[in-house]
Amino acid sequence: MSEKKNNWPLWEVFIRSRQGLGHRHVGSLHAADAEMAIGNARDVYTRRQEGVSIWVVPAEEITASSPDDSEALYDPANDKVYRHPTFFDLPDEVNHM
Amino acid sequence: MVVSQEQLTKQFNAYVADDKKIEPKDWMPDAYRKTLVRQISQHAHSEIIGMLPEGAWITRAPSLKRKAILLAKVQDEAGHGLYLYSACETLGVERDDLVADLLSGKAKYSSIFNYPSKTWADIGAIGWLVDGAAIMNQVPLCRCSYGPYARAMVRVCKEESFHQRQGYTIMMELMKGTKEQRDMAQDALNRWWWPSLMMFGPSDKDSKHSAQSMSWNIKRFSNDELRQRMVDMTVPQAELIGLKIPDPDLKWNEKKGGYDFGEINWDEFYEVIAGNGPCNEERLEARNKAHDDGEWVRKAAMAYAEKH
Ligand SMILES: [Fe+2]
Ligand SMILES: [Fe+2]
Repeated sequence: MSEKKNNWPLWEVFIRSRQGLGHRHVGSLHAADAEMAIGNARDVYTRRQEGVSIWVVPAEEITASSPDDSEALYDPANDKVYRHPTFFDLPDEVNHM
Repeated sequence: MVVSQEQLTKQFNAYVADDKKIEPKDWMPDAYRKTLVRQISQHAHSEIIGMLPEGAWITRAPSLKRKAILLAKVQDEAGHGLYLYSACETLGVERDDLVADLLSGKAKYSSIFNYPSKTWADIGAIGWLVDGAAIMNQVPLCRCSYGPYARAMVRVCKEESFHQRQGYTIMMELMKGTKEQRDMAQDALNRWWWPSLMMFGPSDKDSKHSAQSMSWNIKRFSNDELRQRMVDMTVPQAELIGLKIPDPDLKWNEKKGGYDFGEINWDEFYEVIAGNGPCNEERLEARNKAHDDGEWVRKAAMAYAEKH
């Protein structure tokens, strides 16, 4: 019986769907190196012209925040309502603001 | 503050019941993770094995146009398999282990692909009925509570309607042809009709995973509900092109606004699941051969990557 594991690393794939938009995460794939990852990403994620540009990033190079930290990270923004324009009451006569 | 497992589970259940999404790093009950790994990997395996009955006809398609279309369709199915393996891996499993389970016969895949594709009309029937049933199953999964699975399903569903149309138009063309061609189409429908209805799984009263999956918002409709929809949608499509559904008990039921149909042969269903369908062995052999034949390529690519 042959060895079933190939251990090709995992790559995360990001695609710009058209000029003027940012790259967006679409999924992942396995490939031996970056060049093959780009080629595979083209075949897997852009068969119907879904993209004009591809980024591939080794999955292990990505550092992600933890859901457990979300309170510490995002709650402080909760009490800064003045960051939103609707916080400020303006007289009805003021236009274009 | 230490929160008990029980409390976490309670919070989780309330959260998903509220139709909110779970993402890979979020806490989830073990059983939820296991259910998803089982379902998503089986789904991925089905896409991959599903290429075999259709792939067999790529070289024998009746025209260059149909050959190109079928090639693109089968390539899409490979893509579906890959989207799904990718979604499954976000749950902390490894692709190679999933593939190994498929190759060893430990993992299951949709039983429908254990039936043979005997004639060109079978390619029509598969696209029309098998992809049709897959669409019926997959559309609700686009709203599944697990984010990566739902997103993979959105991609898959965008591609499926081409699959179904290419199948139906094969049947349409045959039904406009000679007597022999029409018989061939009817024969394909006769053989694929019941297995397609089996694709929705056991009837609700025997479905052991359904209730839990529904409460987790992984599943949105019961097997029998989806099967009924499939019948109601397909019967008029068959009639339109002059095909007869092979079910003497099929009858429009005005009161329920749907068709009544005959009993599915559940013995056959469980036999095929148990590995005794017409092509179970052949499928696994073909998949193992392809995997083994590709081994030197995978090794060479890795060796090259390590050098450069
Ligand atoms: Fe598919
Ligand atoms: Fe399909």
